[in-house]
Amino acid sequence: MDNLSVWFPARKGIASTFAGKQEWVHAVDDVSFSVRKGEVMCLAGESGSGKTTTARAVLGLIKAKSGIVRFEGNDILSLSKKELRKLRCKMQIIFQDPYESIDPRMSVLEILSEPLEVNKVARSRQEREERVYKALEDVRLLPPREFARRFPHELSGGQRQRVAIARALVLEPGLLVADEPVSMLDASIRVQILNLLLDLREEYDLTFLYITHDLAQARYIGNDIVIMYLGRIMESGPVEEIVSNPVHPYTKALISNVPVPDPTIKRDRIAVKGETPSALDMPSGCRFHPRCPYAEEICRTKEPELLRIGSARYSACHFNDRWIS
Amino acid sequence: MTQEQAALQLEEERFWVYKRKLRDFWRLYRRSSLGKVGLVIVLSFVTVALAAPWIAPYDPFTFVGDPFLKPSSAHILGTDQVGRDIFSRVIYGTRISLLIGLVASTMTIALGSLIGLISGYLGGRVDNVLMRITDLFIILPTLPLMLIMASILGKGIQNIIIVITVISWTATARMVRSQTMSLKERPFTEASRAIGSTDLHTIARHIVPNVFPLVFANGMIAIVDAILAEAGLSFLGFGDPSQASWGMVLHFADIAGATVNGYWWYIVPPGICIMLLVMGFAFISYSTDQILNPRLRRR
Amino acid sequence: MQEGTARAVDDVTFTLKRGETLGLAGESGCGKTTTALSIMKLLPPGGRILKGEIIHDGEDLAKKTDSEMKAVRWKKISIIFQGAMNALNPVLRVGDQVTEAIIEKENATKSEALQRARSLFELVGLDSSRVSYYPHEFSGGMRQRVMIAMALACNPSIVIADEPVTALDVVVQSKILELIKDLQRKLNLSVILITHDLSVIAETCDRVAIMYAGKIAELGNVTDIYKDSWHPYTEALITAFPSIAGEKKRFKSIPGDPPDLTSPPSGCRFHTRCPWQDDTCRNQVPEYRNVSPDHHVACHYSEKIRGKFRGAKP
Repeated sequence: MDNLSVWFPARKGIASTFAGKQEWVHAVDDVSFSVRKGEVMCLAGESGSGKTTTARAVLGLIKAKSGIVRFEGNDILSLSKKELRKLRCKMQIIFQDPYESIDPRMSVLEILSEPLEVNKVARSRQEREERVYKALEDVRLLPPREFARRFPHELSGGQRQRVAIARALVLEPGLLVADEPVSMLDASIRVQILNLLLDLREEYDLTFLYITHDLAQARYIGNDIVIMYLGRIMESGPVEEIVSNPVHPYTKALISNVPVPDPTIKRDRIAVKGETPSALDMPSGCRFHPRCPYAEEICRTKEPELLRIGSARYSACHFNDRWIS
Repeated sequence: MTQEQAALQLEEERFWVYKRKLRDFWRLYRRSSLGKVGLVIVLSFVTVALAAPWIAPYDPFTFVGDPFLKPSSAHILGTDQVGRDIFSRVIYGTRISLLIGLVASTMTIALGSLIGLISGYLGGRVDNVLMRITDLFIILPTLPLMLIMASILGKGIQNIIIVITVISWTATARMVRSQTMSLKERPFTEASRAIGSTDLHTIARHIVPNVFPLVFANGMIAIVDAILAEAGLSFLGFGDPSQASWGMVLHFADIAGATVNGYWWYIVPPGICIMLLVMGFAFISYSTDQILNPRLRRR
Repeated sequence: MQEGTARAVDDVTFTLKRGETLGLAGESGCGKTTTALSIMKLLPPGGRILKGEIIHDGEDLAKKTDSEMKAVRWKKISIIFQGAMNALNPVLRVGDQVTEAIIEKENATKSEALQRARSLFELVGLDSSRVSYYPHEFSGGMRQRVMIAMALACNPSIVIADEPVTALDVVVQSKILELIKDLQRKLNLSVILITHDLSVIAETCDRVAIMYAGKIAELGNVTDIYKDSWHPYTEALITAFPSIAGEKKRFKSIPGDPPDLTSPPSGCRFHTRCPWQDDTCRNQVPEYRNVSPDHHVACHYSEKIRGKFRGAKP
């Protein structure tokens, strides 16, 4: 399965009418990255960064204003509704909220059979059931027959999320988009689910697009990472490198402010003024300039390009050279 | 296990799930005294309606005695101005009132839900157009509309049903539309699209079942409204005089000057029947709502 | 349909020292918020304190009536509720909402209260002119500062903060936590910080109580808890916490799910998820005992199984 996804500028806008005049909210602006097959790519960023919108656009769940999303040789954004539906089998999504992303009125069996029914895969009931049980085994909800009969309200948060993962797996996709899948779960369960995702990736050679605001999670599960801010990529590259040696001022500030579960480690915090502005109030030039401790005149007027600064690293700052020691 | 055996087992499990759901529903319902009272009332009326030919002492449409007889052992509620037995008419009236109530409300709900679902799910221009049509029907004053339609369509039960449906569907439509719109935003709807469902499938499988509790509760109220609407229409003379609905009985009572002359046995029984039946459905609606909407339950 | 009673907090004992930050850590449903609400006697309808004492300033709060508690709430102990920053009344100016408490509790005049509100705003790092703004004109972090200002309105000596930074971005989070620490020093406050986020606890607290299923599993100073814990749950929680520092490797996770409080496990409530559980654990509730100065654990076999989770392979 050729899963080399190469994504070019994808510019999205959500129209909001202001007194009759059409104005666009640039939720995601000119974002490009590629994901290697079998790897975990993290889309990291805080609220309003556009990471969720990007992921939805990649799957075709949200309309993109322009751009190309290449998956298995097809440009997803140019497919018809029907063709897109057919491709859905190969790319699935796991949502953030385990309590809301599965229909409370359906049994687990029905929830997991639905994708098969809808896509007319596995025609016979017997075959469908087999696939459902296999998916349940994959996510370690054993015994599968027992869990298949249950309803969501009888399951814990962690179990529900496993059902959501099973639902994504039942179509045997190649790409899995995970939108903050463990943020709403308890701490003791998070690692369980993260480990499960890693196991599944190994077993089925899956490719993950993992969205999170938590850099610690990204580090745990990711190979590569893209740091987004207000709809643009600030920095991207291998996770470990970025975490230990960030280049972009935003990344640096972010990493320095992430708390660490170790009281003996004292860290230098980079103070950043203000808070993330709303996308309606987009700063000119470099989007981070109002808050950047190193901002200069050019940052206010010209938007920096995402430039290559290493073998697989990119950063969008006018002063990249300064930061590369 | 063979394929047939597996299929059978699945059917069985499905059955038990539904049975369990119903059992749970009943268990919760039983706790509400109001609900039980309501159920008893409604079931009593239904029994009366079904057993009318055997319970009613006389034929409600023929003259069986002198007019304006006072209540006696022969005629429990006396006779009306043409000598028909009032008691029998009230008993047979149960049939008409229940029939119209149930049919009209079902049609109201069906029409309103359909429009609400389409409007809420598709949004955009379709939504705009449908909502403007709905607004139009809301603006038109109910009573005059009812009367005009009734005069144009003429007498007859089916016409009464049509009239009631036309004036009532808008409330359901708006309610279903807003519920659909909020359901559309919930993650499991998005999930349904993500796995590749067509819009129709998403609506049928996810939105409709989740709108159902609301519609059901609303349905009970629609029955109440339909019964009252019919009573009102008939009372004003726009009903079907060949039928003996409670409203019709009251209409004839009014013409005969029963109020002025103090013939309470003519007026009060149909009035009480309407009131009781309506209360019965209201109680059922109240307790069903409590169950289907857990937030309303007392801790 | 809720059936039965849930013992949200069962036999919890701790002391809060003046000027220290005590962390109440645990997962959802472990009873940390309920503990805090019990201290303030603000339990939701249907909740009752069955037994126990809450000693403050020589008095037992548990025995006080609601009207007696009015003198305590906000003036001696105040609380920043979870998600409160989103519960500000959108149609009232922020200043009015702060002065409301001052006027009621301290019988101040409107201008006195407003004066105090302005100085409170300065104290929490907000411009004092902002008292006339509406909530929607503030960002998330600023609203939380407003909540802190409200909590400090009547000069309490104890502040309970329930998940004060959970909904905030990481950069803002640091600032708010720093603010709390700063205020604590300036005003000699005692703070109870409730959160499920162990990294926040590590950065801000002096002592920590790790709660599980309504009971305290372990209580001690923060370094001991993180580096040298006695309870398997604590150990498991800390080792299975993704971090951006430290070694990058697979962690071993705790099996199972947090328990249902309407029918908690018998004996030690953690036994269903503990790799070393045995009959004693299943049948006997472990004693909450003192294992070293100012360090308590509730586990039958602490001495034997200490460090085992850390050493286990994933």
